[in-house]
Amino acid sequence: MNWLLVVAGGAVGAPLRYLADRAARARFGPGFPWGTFLVNVAGSFLLGLLTGVASVHVHLLLGTGLCGALTTYSTFSYETLKLYEDGEKGYAVRNVAASLAAGLGAVWLGVRAAGLL
Amino acid sequence: MRLRAEPPVVGAVAAGGALGATARYGAGLLWPTPHGAFPWTTFTVNVTGCALLGVLMVLLTERSTEWSTAVPHPLLRPFLGTGFCGGFTTFSTYGLETERLLSGGDPTRGLLYLGGTVVTALAAVLAGVTAARAVRARTGRGRVGRA
Repeated sequence: MNWLLVVAGGAVGAPLRYLADRAARARFGPGFPWGTFLVNVAGSFLLGLLTGVASVHVHLLLGTGLCGALTTYSTFSYETLKLYEDGEKGYAVRNVAASLAAGLGAVWLGVRAAGLL
Repeated sequence: MRLRAEPPVVGAVAAGGALGATARYGAGLLWPTPHGAFPWTTFTVNVTGCALLGVLMVLLTERSTEWSTAVPHPLLRPFLGTGFCGGFTTFSTYGLETERLLSGGDPTRGLLYLGGTVVTALAAVLAGVTAARAVRARTGRGRVGRA
């Protein structure tokens, strides 16, 4: 049961990230990796919010599965490396700084919002 | 650019993502992180996934046509890269674990985790890309030499 919840969450989270990335590329162009940035921030906020939920099953489905697969560290790192290799060093540095700051800020907001609910 | 997503690609991403998330969940069960400790499991999962994606992206997207005409299956990248590596690694858990350490009275460990992960993950993706390119260059020369 627990494994199935993680499988289900992961099977939804990863394609959501893929579709968000495609939408962001269509909207903002290929320069800055807005898609990965936005899903990482949104998933971090949602995981923060989930700290207000007690159910282990909800955590496995939406936390470990959905948020875990919606957000990504590997694509974030690879895109940062590609920006650097393509001569966009400023974008590479800003991608790291903005992702860490906004991701951490989003978690913090989510945790505080969960505390208020 | 049209936004119509091909169902096989979305399906490959979903299958890879489910597999990656399950592998990460399994790693957490095998090596649970005690409360307040350095989150070594997420750290290792993220760093490993970064190195793997680095290797994969070279093998799947940087084809040199002069020595090989073999084109990787179009669903390999969505399944292994976007799906598996993307679902295996996680940014949200990393963020929450950092927040827990920072607000849980251990800011030093929190900052070490925050900075240590990003530096090691970037080094891992660079190492993966570099190693795969080196192997490819050697294999490529070998094939040209034999031709």
